[in-house]
Amino acid sequence: MAFSNEQLERYSRHIILKEIGVKGQKRLLNAKVLIIGAGGLGAPAAMYLAAAGVGTIGIADADVVDLSNLQRQVIHSTNDLGKPKVESARETMEAINPDVKVVTYHEFISSYNILNIIKDYDFILDGTDNFPAKFLINDACVMAKKPFCHAGIIRFRGQLMTYVPGAGPCYRCVFKNPPPKDAVPTCKQAGVIGAMAGVIGCLQALEAVKFITGAGELLTGKLLTYDALTNNFHTVKLPAHVADCPVCGDHPTITQLIDYEQAVCELKKD
Amino acid sequence: MKLNIAGNIKEYPEGTTVEQLIAAEKVEMPLYVSVTVNDDFIQTADRQTHVLKDGDTVEFLYFMGGGR
Ligand SMILES: [Zn+2]
Repeated sequence: MAFSNEQLERYSRHIILKEIGVKGQKRLLNAKVLIIGAGGLGAPAAMYLAAAGVGTIGIADADVVDLSNLQRQVIHSTNDLGKPKVESARETMEAINPDVKVVTYHEFISSYNILNIIKDYDFILDGTDNFPAKFLINDACVMAKKPFCHAGIIRFRGQLMTYVPGAGPCYRCVFKNPPPKDAVPTCKQAGVIGAMAGVIGCLQALEAVKFITGAGELLTGKLLTYDALTNNFHTVKLPAHVADCPVCGDHPTITQLIDYEQAVCELKKD
Repeated sequence: MKLNIAGNIKEYPEGTTVEQLIAAEKVEMPLYVSVTVNDDFIQTADRQTHVLKDGDTVEFLYFMGGGR
């Protein structure tokens, strides 16, 4: 595959980077990334990955654009109110970069469909807003041997980590089980600063780009946290392997996907 | 003794347990916080008996469920 003149110009700032170059840009154009959740985290991640020329971007979300989303979900505009988020996201990504093929999944992700959806992708981003979904994505990616980047945000704080099969701990190694419903506040209950979704969503996009191009180090075996109020980026080193993890450990006890009770911010509008 | 707590060096008395440190550091909702000492997870059941040593690195990992 040779670059067109337009592509050489569009991607010139990537191609000049020694960590990416022509080879890395070709890898990006051949890569398939799935973003689960077209919201706060998914919005900046999808826009930067589209701009970066990731060839196929899948985006999954069952929701429609709501006025309370627009404080942080920058892929959607006021004109998109009431539109399925995946459609609004598709239009923005295609407007940014016609090189990108966008695949939309206007459905809730559950144990029934997740394996079938993730199987076509090289890397998955968790941009969901609830623990049942975060654990489901983790378990499905572990079982299907898919690398993915977890992220979570609340108030002025955010965190992310990357799971690569065989290369470090999974989300369940760190957090074991979802907290009981309503034990840990959601964004709807506790609030979140819009730009935090931008910071952490962009870091997820960077994890995808680094995974695809091989540039630098991934956040495998590490949990990065950011506290906007104290300006503190902190990377916590995690154990390389958690032998008793119920899903990725030496003797897994979780061998089927689990649909935990949906304790969700903004799953349903009240 | 000196402990490295989430990147900050703090002074604590000898014999401090993980459970006592959690209380002293006012960790919110400690049942839903994962704790590592020197990059290894401490099981919730072991918090009362795990005595920290001079130079230990302790991290508290919080659930963050938001994203959309
Ligand atoms: Zn695990």
